[in-house]
Amino acid sequence: MGMTHIVDRRLNGKNKSAVNRERFLRRYRHHIKRAVSDAVQKRSITDIERGEKVSIPSRDIEEPIFHHGQGGKREVVHPGNKEFVAGDTIPKPEGGGGQGSGQGQASPDGEGMDEFAFQITQEEFLDFLFDDLELPNLARKKLKDTEAFKYIRSGFSTEGVPAKLDVVRSLRGAHARRLGLGGARKKKIRDLEKQLEALKSAPEDLDPAFSHEDQIQVLEEEIARLKANVRRIPFIDEIDLRYRQHVKKPQPATSAVMFCLMDVSGSMTQMHKDIAKRFFILLYLFLKKNYKKIEVVFIRHHTSAKEVDEEEFFYSRETGGTIVSSALKLMHKIIESRYSPAEWNIYAAQASDGDNWNDDSPVCGKILADNILPLVQYFAYVEITPQDHQMLWYEYEKIQEQFPQSFALQQIADPGEIYPVFRQLFERKAA
Amino acid sequence: MTNLMDRPNLPKSDQPRAPEPISTGSEWTFELIQKYDDEIAKCAAEFGLDTYPNQIEVISAEQMMDAYSSVGMPVGYHHWSFGKQFLSTSKGYQRGQMGLAYEIVINSNPCIAYLMEENTLPMQALVIAHASYGHNSFFKGNYLFRTWTDASAIIDYLVFARHYVAECEERYGVDAVEEILDSCHALMNYGVDRYKRPAPISASEEVRRQKEREEYQQRRINDLWRTIPKLDEDDDPVKRRKRYPEEPQENILYFIEKNAPLLETWQREIIRIVRKLGQYFYPQRQTQVMNEGWATFWHYTLLHRMYDKGLVTDGFMLEFLQSHSAVVYQPPFNSPWYSGINPYTLGFSIFTDLRRICENPTGEDREWFPDIAGSDWLETLHFAMKNFKDESFIQQFLSPKVMRDLKLFAIQNDDQEDVYRVTAIHDDPGYRDLREKLARQYNLSYREPNIQVWNVDVRGDRSLTLRHIPVDRVPLGKETDEVLRHVHRLWGFDVHLESVDDGTVVEDHHCPPREFEED
Repeated sequence: MGMTHIVDRRLNGKNKSAVNRERFLRRYRHHIKRAVSDAVQKRSITDIERGEKVSIPSRDIEEPIFHHGQGGKREVVHPGNKEFVAGDTIPKPEGGGGQGSGQGQASPDGEGMDEFAFQITQEEFLDFLFDDLELPNLARKKLKDTEAFKYIRSGFSTEGVPAKLDVVRSLRGAHARRLGLGGARKKKIRDLEKQLEALKSAPEDLDPAFSHEDQIQVLEEEIARLKANVRRIPFIDEIDLRYRQHVKKPQPATSAVMFCLMDVSGSMTQMHKDIAKRFFILLYLFLKKNYKKIEVVFIRHHTSAKEVDEEEFFYSRETGGTIVSSALKLMHKIIESRYSPAEWNIYAAQASDGDNWNDDSPVCGKILADNILPLVQYFAYVEITPQDHQMLWYEYEKIQEQFPQSFALQQIADPGEIYPVFRQLFERKAA
Repeated sequence: MTNLMDRPNLPKSDQPRAPEPISTGSEWTFELIQKYDDEIAKCAAEFGLDTYPNQIEVISAEQMMDAYSSVGMPVGYHHWSFGKQFLSTSKGYQRGQMGLAYEIVINSNPCIAYLMEENTLPMQALVIAHASYGHNSFFKGNYLFRTWTDASAIIDYLVFARHYVAECEERYGVDAVEEILDSCHALMNYGVDRYKRPAPISASEEVRRQKEREEYQQRRINDLWRTIPKLDEDDDPVKRRKRYPEEPQENILYFIEKNAPLLETWQREIIRIVRKLGQYFYPQRQTQVMNEGWATFWHYTLLHRMYDKGLVTDGFMLEFLQSHSAVVYQPPFNSPWYSGINPYTLGFSIFTDLRRICENPTGEDREWFPDIAGSDWLETLHFAMKNFKDESFIQQFLSPKVMRDLKLFAIQNDDQEDVYRVTAIHDDPGYRDLREKLARQYNLSYREPNIQVWNVDVRGDRSLTLRHIPVDRVPLGKETDEVLRHVHRLWGFDVHLESVDDGTVVEDHHCPPREFEED
């Protein structure tokens, strides 16, 4: 027939609904945020980084229309009659207001029909999780404090070393200059030559008083002078020279290192560590959203500090007392040797139950203030304890007064507080 | 019907047979789809199916979900409700609960049908026959579609609507536009003149006229409201009692678009867009049984014709019949899968039986369908397809045999009785009654509450009163107040809704709610 047009549309964009989907998420962001924050608390530590099923009460997203309610008298035709004959009566179930309009449908998946459930992606999950949060001092680092540079081309300059001479540019400039300086004179020469020609070819007047000799001589001299002038215009001059220019451009540091410091002394139970771990994971995910490359350094300490791998960090147990400064010292040492602040954005999170050897707390404050805080973007301390604070907390409070921009501390008593505390620590602050 | 040799009703041995089937495997290629379409088109022509040109688009599952979510509009404006639709579609699909997209076909010229790439070849053939020839000829032939939609202009109009809405979003903000759209969607089913023939929508004309409307509309509205009440008029009790509008208006959206005092021009234009879409979908809402029945009848008939011609293999037919029987399966009322009458089953049964009545009429048929029994079946089926909607189609053509086959029976639920009553079944005394009841079930004004614009207090507080006429004492649903809030948003002043049964108000709703009602 030839009337049918067959088109392969498979390569056309498949995300036609993306905008509508985004509109939906936007409209119900409050619901979704709540679901996300619930999820963070419920999820096991290892699978925080995936999408999430979000349920919204159906009544909240209904699109109301006029329709019939229950009641009145109605008749519905059904298929599949087996034994009924006209006039039969069937008792109504007790209590129920009778069946609905026949439109009532059970949910096919066993989910309550009063819930609208859908899946958000991992990326959306993280977006909602970290919505309104920001990494403190991120901008400052990128623009001002950066000490890493890269040379980039930025046009041409009149000064430079011979190696950077741009021949084409220079010759083009010379050509322009020659035209500019010589053009008017050459035109003049042409004009004068024409006049000369005209004089020479004109018939000689008999009267010597009207002879052209003088005029011709004047013209010839002028032409010779001009030609000499033009010849003196150099083919290339110093001012023609152009050099490729490079400027130093600060290279934003796009990699970050995250220090996880944790007390593993006897007083820290597995529960404490789990809370700490969740906190560290949140920070890790948050950093990952902002930086391409992240390294994580795990430092555990009791009376002495040690850099360990993740497994050992979270799961091996130690006993004994606590000297927090040992971890801070080690952290400083590691920064000095491996993570130059010029290239790295440095973040640190310290978790502890607040227990420290009393004489050590002032030492911690001093190391933080003198050695660590000047180097890092942000240092967050979380104290996991439902009890009263000890020496270390008060010491750190002083630090916070001194460095409100780069130091923060919060207390967590139970797992439900991890996310709210995290939010508080990274809340976008009005500039 | 091109020549006698190709008449499908001849015994098989007399028919020209293809030397070999078009294909034997189940993998499709574009070449094969083209070949199948060519052959299906030939068969369709034999039966005199008149269609718009076809455009068959092969798409992926994800794209099919997109198509699903935009309620069958190939181009749509942006709205969260489509996103919601998309989320629930993709959820259902990913969990394997939903066999995606048996077919999606757009009432446009050319008629666009989507084939999903995952389908096997027999499925593709089935969808082509069903959508590109079945639905397509229905769109082109049925009087409701001919009256209410303009297939050649719909795509352009949708593009216009999308751009207009996007422009408004840019100018007035996404939230403001979303609010208006939400409210319009709530009233979308009340944006149609049921009895007047509307002007078909045409995009080019829309654009041309839209500017014009912008200028005149606001002036017109101001005129209505600027009327300064004259003393003597107010004193005249007859004039005072005169309502505006004088006759109740069933097209609520149209009334609001033209008369709401405070709407801005762009808001009126958006109401108009939603109204036009409501109009575009209006025929589909009234012809579901017929439309699906017709398309199913034709995929069944066309593919059997292909088989008779030797164009498809036994294996092809087995797979096809399996899909076909799944489509027309009707779970009985007491099955856990029962969710009402399957429109595919009902429509397919009626059309199939109609053909039988023409070709092999029984005494019962001659009694029930004296004009039809023994007539030319193709002519009769086409007549039925062209001139009816679900309600009248069932009323006219549902035969006793189909009622018996489907074992239909009617149950009455009266809230004033403590039993359900079986009022009619598939037997001699019940046939006519049953048919009438089933037909009524497909009457839109029986399925949806009859609500019309009753009055505007032009001289007073500008409040808008809607009137609901209940049928059989059936009250309004729970969402009524919610919908009224949307009406209120559009109207800008108080909105009242009263259900008036036999002259007495039996139910009333107000937005904002009346304070003394809260007890």
